Amino acid sequence: MSQLRPVAGDDPAGGASSGPDLAALLRSCGKGDQEAFAQLYDATSSRVVGLAVRVVRDPAQAEEVAQEAFLDIWRTSGRFDPAKGSPLGWLLTIVHRKAVDRVRSAEASTRRDTSYHQQNQPVEHDSTAEAGVASLEAGRVRSALQSLTAVQREAVELAYFGGYTHTEVATMLELPVGTAKTRIRDGLIRLRDTMGVAT
Amino acid sequence: MSSDIHALSGAYAVDALDDIERAQFERHLADCPSCTSEVASLRETSALLAETTIGTPSAGLRDRVLADIASVRPLPPVVEPAPEPHRRRRVVTLLAAAAAVVAIGTGGIVWQQLSDDRPPDQFVALQTASDVRTFTVPVGDGGSATVYVSKKLNEAGIETNGMPRAPSGSQYVLWLQHGSMMTQAGTMPDGSDNKVLFSGDAASADGAAVSVEDAGTVPSQPSDDVVAVFSFDA
Repeated sequence: MSQLRPVAGDDPAGGASSGPDLAALLRSCGKGDQEAFAQLYDATSSRVVGLAVRVVRDPAQAEEVAQEAFLDIWRTSGRFDPAKGSPLGWLLTIVHRKAVDRVRSAEASTRRDTSYHQQNQPVEHDSTAEAGVASLEAGRVRSALQSLTAVQREAVELAYFGGYTHTEVATMLELPVGTAKTRIRDGLIRLRDTMGVAT
Repeated sequence: MSSDIHALSGAYAVDALDDIERAQFERHLADCPSCTSEVASLRETSALLAETTIGTPSAGLRDRVLADIASVRPLPPVVEPAPEPHRRRRVVTLLAAAAAVVAIGTGGIVWQQLSDDRPPDQFVALQTASDVRTFTVPVGDGGSATVYVSKKLNEAGIETNGMPRAPSGSQYVLWLQHGSMMTQAGTMPDGSDNKVLFSGDAASADGAAVSVEDAGTVPSQPSDDVVAVFSFDA
């Protein structure tokens, strides 16, 4: 399955530079083409599950989030607008929102309760999502992250991967109230400019 | 707040706002093209962060997902400009199902209660749906508004008790939120105690809101005067 994984490449706004044309697949999905959706799933599931696990932590819950997200992606596929962003960005935005909703509603107690994790560990699941894949893109992202200040990086990671609100991030990083949102924004802008994300 | 609100773009792009801030920022987005384009670019950027988190889906996930979608019809595309107001204004009250017309505010604007395609017991069906979720917020001085949502029925409805009258010349308008999109979902009839079903796609909505709008208008975005916000995530 991993060989089908598209690489975002240097043209995030234009979609995948290798692998299937996700925008075309989404268009077909919008018309009810289940075969196109299966291809979309194969091309994106490792990313979707990886992001869900990173945010939600508990693999079983992360799979539920991924399942719900894919259903939403199917439902709303006809509303994807390539003029407004890349297919992968659109899709991961849906996944991220679902994952954040899940951790917020479950509250921090559940997601960091290790005994809960152990009880719910599915046998066949590889939970080492964070090990990641040594793709060029991942390396590029990691080095771009190094261009941020330590506070910017921490704020972005706590918000995006931790699912914390900016006010929670401010408390965690002992920043004055109202400044974490600026750190998050500044950090993302610097990442964007370093990575050359089309706007 | 308004001078500062642009600074929320990054936190919004990574879902790091609370529900109230998110609703505020989304209203701001409707009128701020520069924030809209900034959010788009920051979302693209944040999605790249996911490059570092490749996971391994379980063998069963693919089958479950493909089984899920087989029974769900994709939503139609959003057609712009917004659909004609007549259809969007499907407002039903249980109490006033028989009432054909309602006068709103002092402007005397009149519209029809389009109750033809919704039987009066539909609100009860919603309230008693097996998967119904309820969200209550206080409104005005001692009043309350409760939203019921059922994914199974694809319905949402609002029940108000002791809700203050909309200011003269204005009316309460209902909204459903899907992601960053607010879609008009009907209007509230006059009076402080009402039961109204939302029009539109309730099953996939992330939230709902009630705003104050000029009577007789059908805005495509809520005004800044939002009197109640319901997040379906809680």
